[in-house]
Amino acid sequence: MTSTPQPATSGHPSLMARVEGEGRIDLDLRDGRVVAARLAIVEPARLFEKLLEGRHALDVPDLVARICGICPAAYQLTAVQALEQALGVEPDPWAVDLRRLLACGEWIESHCLHLHLLALPDVLGFPDAATMARRHPDEVARGFALQEAGNEIIRLLGGRSVHPVGLTVGGFLAAPRPADVERVAALVAAAVPQALDLVRWAIGLPGGRGAELDVTRVALRADAGYPLGAGGVAVLPAGAGSHDPNVDPEGDRGADPDGGLPPLLDVPAFAARVEERQVPYSTALHASLDGAPYLVGPLARVAVNADRLPPAVTGLLARSGAVLPSTDLMRSLLARAVEVYLALAEALELLTAYRVPRRAAERVPQRPPRRTDGRTAVGFGAIEAPRGLLWHRFELNGDGVVVRARIVPPTSQNQACIAEHLRLVVEALGPHLPPDQLQRHCEAVVRCYDPCISCATHLVRVRLHDLGASG
Amino acid sequence: MGSPATPVVPPTRLSVHKFSSCDGCQLALLNLGAGLLRLVDDLQVVHFAELGVVDEDAEADVALVEGSISTLAEVERIARVRARSRYLVAMGACAMSGGIQALRNLADGPAWAAAVYPDAGALGLAPQVSPLAAHVRVDLELAGCPVTSRQVLQAVRSLQRGVVPAVDRAAVCQECKRREVVCVLVTRGLPCLGPVTRTGCDAVCPAFGRDCYACSGPAENAAPEALARRLVALGTPPERVAARLVAIHSRSESFRRGAAVARALVPDGARQQEESAR
Repeated sequence: MTSTPQPATSGHPSLMARVEGEGRIDLDLRDGRVVAARLAIVEPARLFEKLLEGRHALDVPDLVARICGICPAAYQLTAVQALEQALGVEPDPWAVDLRRLLACGEWIESHCLHLHLLALPDVLGFPDAATMARRHPDEVARGFALQEAGNEIIRLLGGRSVHPVGLTVGGFLAAPRPADVERVAALVAAAVPQALDLVRWAIGLPGGRGAELDVTRVALRADAGYPLGAGGVAVLPAGAGSHDPNVDPEGDRGADPDGGLPPLLDVPAFAARVEERQVPYSTALHASLDGAPYLVGPLARVAVNADRLPPAVTGLLARSGAVLPSTDLMRSLLARAVEVYLALAEALELLTAYRVPRRAAERVPQRPPRRTDGRTAVGFGAIEAPRGLLWHRFELNGDGVVVRARIVPPTSQNQACIAEHLRLVVEALGPHLPPDQLQRHCEAVVRCYDPCISCATHLVRVRLHDLGASG
Repeated sequence: MGSPATPVVPPTRLSVHKFSSCDGCQLALLNLGAGLLRLVDDLQVVHFAELGVVDEDAEADVALVEGSISTLAEVERIARVRARSRYLVAMGACAMSGGIQALRNLADGPAWAAAVYPDAGALGLAPQVSPLAAHVRVDLELAGCPVTSRQVLQAVRSLQRGVVPAVDRAAVCQECKRREVVCVLVTRGLPCLGPVTRTGCDAVCPAFGRDCYACSGPAENAAPEALARRLVALGTPPERVAARLVAIHSRSESFRRGAAVARALVPDGARQQEESAR
């Protein structure tokens, strides 16, 4: 077997766009047919876990935001959770509600950006969103309006939508003014029906096309509601379809709402079963659970929390022939649309219920958190970022300074799934499709994961490795 | 074809390139909504991968570049972008000064990489993280982490007409005065870095009610040494003052001088503790 990689010989390298992060799809050819495909991430390593060392806990939220411009709040929310656990700080319910609102805003913004600017052009057959907008002006305008509603929620709580500045250990650095809350609430109220239209429309989008992957799914599951920012880690094995106590014949909904799911794990127990390893072709670490790939993200969340979807959505889904939950990655677009609606509806509730803090301590504990016993302390944080489960582990010294940090983003956890998925796609279609068609197919599959490749660039370049003739 | 009296002006060719960064500055465009479509209609986008237009080597009139130079491959790539662009704009903190990832310059970079990646050699890291201007001529720098949509649109629209816009290098304090934001340093004693930080962000932090953390880099005539002394006197631990100055713009000489001054200061409380321990 020839193992020396050969660069693509075509005069113009085929580039894949509309993903976040710099990478490329590597194809191995034998006899002119594709025999293997890999998502090779070449995004430069920025070594965040090291540069956080020596930083004061209070400065961490502003720093971790810089991991990703599209989902900065997710990193901030996870970090403050971990830091608060380490410091023994309990945020007031006032702050907990607003954090949930912040997470809603980011889901809406990130999902709408992915749907309309990155993924839908694949489905509808356009090179980019601007071209798509000429044929589908209303759908694209609706997408932009929804994205803006999400951004406005983030601005309300953080001053700006990229690298917001509102969160701190213990709570928030400032409380929004009621007049601003009312303004955003009106915007969100107008967006809710648009989101339901988006769900109706997304139900009609085609699925399938070799995008099936039945694999272990991992998502948070909370005591109640959809899991934005809290809960235990649910591991739903492959082949289990979805968790839905309503259709579980043995399920006793009252006594055991989580019936059918293996016991929920706390983050340390889950973390102990996850191994991250480096692969030679990528700067993103690949994570595995008990040595096997697992899926995080909207489809995993829907599968684990199918019984927590709002009635307006379950009604629509039931009438459509129950296209969700699904193991078809193309349905992740619909899952994102569903989550946009869900997040807007929840945001509207939270905005409507908003009141200014009665005491300053509701906004943030009045004494700055600092451990005085001089010992190091460890804290874990986990939330559902737009792209899936995100967890952090922080170790602080007695002065509240970071000694060690571990950050496991959703895309790193999905890497092994993407690799397995590409293997299956090649196995099924490699013998039948010419390389350029298979490449486009691989790209569309990869985009379904909404990879946040080091949370940025956007250049997945296809490279052909010709392994020569077989035999 | 246009008559001689009304010559046809070819549309301005725009490219958007990403280097080591978080993607946040590109969102100044991707969050524009209908404004993005207007821009795309009005200009000729020749490369903007996240938007779906990919031709890395396309010639452009205006190249917006996000990110710092942190790998050997990026050193080569930025030279190619420069050679093919009329105006090259450094967009945001990473492009302008190296960004947060430049912190590895101050530490043992190889050891850092080895701590995160088992095979750090495969990463192709350059010895130093550097701003664009360390490698190529830069025509315009837009400060911010991230830059705002207003900054980017203003720059593109000016360059479209062949004008390099003037850049405001004044401190955030001036923006606070213009916006009538109550000073969080004077009234609440917060460790605000606004007095030494360049404006451009619309004073987002003080306007929100918190302290600036210098994400836009140093202002002209900044005196971080004096500010460091003041912040320590107001009760912020010297180490924290130093760490906040040397964060997103760690390559800034003036910020590093301020940090050195802070580190040399021992807070009164700590000194008393030390003395009583003796």
